[in-house]
Amino acid sequence: MSDQIDGGLRSELQRQGIWVTSMEELYNWGRKNSIWPLQFGLACCAIEMIATAASRYDIARFGGEVFRPSPRQADLMIVAGTVTKKMAPQIVRLYNQMPDPKYVISMGACAISGGPFKQGYNVLKGIDRYIPVDVYIPGCPPRPEALLHAFMELQRKIDSQKLTGNAKAEHLDPMQPSEFPVPAFGAHDLEPAANPRLFQPPKIERS
Amino acid sequence: MTMESLEQIKTRVEAAVPGAKIDIIPNPGPAQQSSLLIDNEHAAAVAKFLRDDSALRLDFCSNATGVDWLDRTVKKTVKVKKIVDGEEKEIDETTEEFFPGYLEAVYHLYSMTHKHGPVIIRMRTADRAENARLPSLTPVYRSAEFQEREIFDLYGVRFDGHPDLRRILMWDEFVDYPMRKDYREPDDYEYEPTPHDDVLEKAKMHYSARPQLDGAENITAQS
Ligand code: SF4
Repeated sequence: MSDQIDGGLRSELQRQGIWVTSMEELYNWGRKNSIWPLQFGLACCAIEMIATAASRYDIARFGGEVFRPSPRQADLMIVAGTVTKKMAPQIVRLYNQMPDPKYVISMGACAISGGPFKQGYNVLKGIDRYIPVDVYIPGCPPRPEALLHAFMELQRKIDSQKLTGNAKAEHLDPMQPSEFPVPAFGAHDLEPAANPRLFQPPKIERS
Repeated sequence: MTMESLEQIKTRVEAAVPGAKIDIIPNPGPAQQSSLLIDNEHAAAVAKFLRDDSALRLDFCSNATGVDWLDRTVKKTVKVKKIVDGEEKEIDETTEEFFPGYLEAVYHLYSMTHKHGPVIIRMRTADRAENARLPSLTPVYRSAEFQEREIFDLYGVRFDGHPDLRRILMWDEFVDYPMRKDYREPDDYEYEPTPHDDVLEKAKMHYSARPQLDGAENITAQS
């Protein structure tokens, strides 16, 4: 509804003490200002995430201070650090255990692509091979400001999600999966090495 | 207080542990950290002596690590005097010597009591395959437990007498030993924007060379 009402009229009304909003806007406003992240860190990037949560950078200003030690109570997974192949199935399992709507921030070069360890035998080349990622933050490590920026980007995303209609948010579409297959430990690598539904490496096409 | 020299330690250990055979492996590098190669049969007794001897008291095993030595042939050139055409001449003669490969476990021992060290001891396996076994020093140095598991995990050395020999970094289903020099990682190459060195070799294996264009203009994300 708020898309249909003219912005000027709206602020005019507001000046007169009448506040016009829509269910969707109110609902998203509540959701975006109370994001509970899952409390876990994987490597050096986690230290920056901890700094973001502490008093100096203070993620509480954005409503994200309630770090939960259980995936059942979390809305946001901040993948902060190197995802080893041994850890990857646990990350996917934790993601699957989070209730919808759920969001993922992939923090740092490691979580995005494997980072400095990309060519190693034991590091996953990016968590987006197995779970969908909403915001990527480059950096090694990204500074707390960058994480706050990612957090605000996520808030923007939540704010723009539709509750009804064809373009409604994915978690409201019963046909969209909210759980993803957990990779198995193979003899040489994880099996499968990526979820093809989520991830395809860029390809050079020769003509 | 200065520690005894490796030669003195060797003599004392061989006197104290009957049958023990100890070699000094020199390290000619700048570190000059020569080490003691101890025989597997008496390893535990030797380690115990090093730990309990009142002058040495090497009571702290700070580090245990593995080394992989592949099969190698060493070419040696020596000048020999020979009679050629009735004349004595100096000729280069090349000999080849073959050394079969083995795996090594290296322990760095320090003394907390006397504040000296390190004394470096090594053990060698018979080969790199089914006889890659060594006696565990965990019964003597408790701190070696996880590190021996790591050597087992990454090099495939089995430690006899270890209380809990499982993989520690890789998962249990994993079959390779990734720190061995002949380890081949799974072929999981993906597109790299700026491949170089080893990655460039991999890239070449995946893409046939094209002389005029480098292919970058055609990179697309697959939908
Ligand atoms: S991206 Fe850099 S800082 Fe972050 S986990 Fe990886 S190596 Fe550590």
